[in-house]
Amino acid sequence: MSTLSERILGAPAGAYVDHEVDIAFAHDGTGILTREALREMGVDRLPHPGRLRLIFDHIVPANTGTTATLQAELRGYARASGIDLSDAGGGICHQVMSEGVVRPGMVVVGADSHTCTLGALGAFATGVGATDMAAIWASGATWFRVPETIAVNLTGRLDGPAEAKDVALAYVAKLGMEGATYRALEFVGDGAPGISMDGRLTLCNMAVETGAKAGMFYADAVAVRHLAEHGVAASPQAVEESRYEQEIEIDLAGIVPLVAVPHRVDTVREAEEVAGTEIDQVFVGTCTNGRYEDLARFARIVRGKQVAVRTLVVPASRAVLLRAIATGVLADIVGAGCMVAPPGCGPCLGAHEGVMGEGEVCLSTANRNFRNRMGVGAEIYLSSVATAAASALAGVIAVPEAV
Amino acid sequence: MQGVGPAVCLGNDIDTDLIIAGRYLRTKDRSVWAEHVFEDLDPALAGRLSGAIIVAGRNMGCGSSREQAVVALREAGVVGVVAESFARIFFRNAVNVGLPVIEASVACTDRAFVAFDLDAGWVEVDGERYPARPLSARMVAILRAGGLVPYWRSSR
Repeated sequence: MSTLSERILGAPAGAYVDHEVDIAFAHDGTGILTREALREMGVDRLPHPGRLRLIFDHIVPANTGTTATLQAELRGYARASGIDLSDAGGGICHQVMSEGVVRPGMVVVGADSHTCTLGALGAFATGVGATDMAAIWASGATWFRVPETIAVNLTGRLDGPAEAKDVALAYVAKLGMEGATYRALEFVGDGAPGISMDGRLTLCNMAVETGAKAGMFYADAVAVRHLAEHGVAASPQAVEESRYEQEIEIDLAGIVPLVAVPHRVDTVREAEEVAGTEIDQVFVGTCTNGRYEDLARFARIVRGKQVAVRTLVVPASRAVLLRAIATGVLADIVGAGCMVAPPGCGPCLGAHEGVMGEGEVCLSTANRNFRNRMGVGAEIYLSSVATAAASALAGVIAVPEAV
Repeated sequence: MQGVGPAVCLGNDIDTDLIIAGRYLRTKDRSVWAEHVFEDLDPALAGRLSGAIIVAGRNMGCGSSREQAVVALREAGVVGVVAESFARIFFRNAVNVGLPVIEASVACTDRAFVAFDLDAGWVEVDGERYPARPLSARMVAILRAGGLVPYWRSSR
């Protein structure tokens, strides 16, 4: 009768627990503050370096001397304390952690809000701040309040041009930006097994946009196969009848291409309604939609054609990039006139590489369209990869056709 | 834990990008964050924060996990943050850096006199008293110590 969160954390919803963590990671943005906090705490030895990871993804490669110096300091710290470092070019932390590091049933914390992405593998994964992370690195454990759970009941199958991102926008619109605060989301129902691993990562990624602490799928044959491809043996998790605080229904067959319009992620329209909106840039990538399946879908649509607006494609990891090279997907993307940047977060947070100018409009496959996030005075629309591809070709927001 | 100060009223869904923009994260100089706090929301706000109490609406601090957001508020001299509800990472970060957070539903007028008492569980705005949701015992202990770093040092 337990939810996945209750089962993994070993206590009922509402209870406060102290729990060991299996994986605890930070990136170049938050890692530097974690390092500072450890210094202030007087911690010079980390008891469980094998559980810790540093991943450089936010501003890679470094854009200024200051960034480079901070990254050099963190690089030196990783080396000295035995922490595994995924350096610039390796990819986005959540993607790298999904490629054979995180396994079903693990307790995972990341110093990044989108750590909930990793619940797609049947782990309890949640974001924390940098000082919390310092205490976790120093002790190997932390406290949690076991969350109540909202079931997102998926029925039927995706049809036509709709993809997992459209489902994500649909549930965010249904729940609202704080509809799941302090809660976990569990994606269940007869439609869940049909969602690909990449799609599950997209769905769990956006859980935090509803305020949720975690977004989770039961690990099934799809997850086991994904992990096997990354050299990890795992078993599926038995599905239990659970007591949910709330249930929402999503009929996958009824999902059409959707767009979140400025400046709220829960203000969602059918792509049809905003078709024709002028755009200055299309951005495909991020921890939401920079995976191989996304790049392949984008390439299928733009292959042999030319994009009509500047278009930036950022693979989520080196593994994704290598596969896109091997299969010719990358050549199709570059051949269509798109720019390709090294694996990382790219311009999603407005720090570098594709930042928008005042009054400009970006159609992005990311997860946040907060005011000014990608550049002061810029507007961000959020969509699926297929909508981004159709729009890149049209030069305005356009509705994709079934691929 | 108690505090008093003039109110700075904010709306719902104030995200951490608005509190401190991503372009200011590439430093560890805390004064930079205090200087640019709320720059993209209202550049005039930074000058009003010293000694003030922020009174926000629902979902305060949503979005990114960036701890620079709560550090920026603390370094700018904010005494505490009252909100109808908080995003969970922001809430936990605030406690960890020793910034009092008070979950309460209050009517706010800019520059109204705000007082809070976390132990007693109330907030007052211009003398009108509202109940505050209690914190967990651990969070109270961390706040009382001045944040997670001093809490850690004193508990070893």
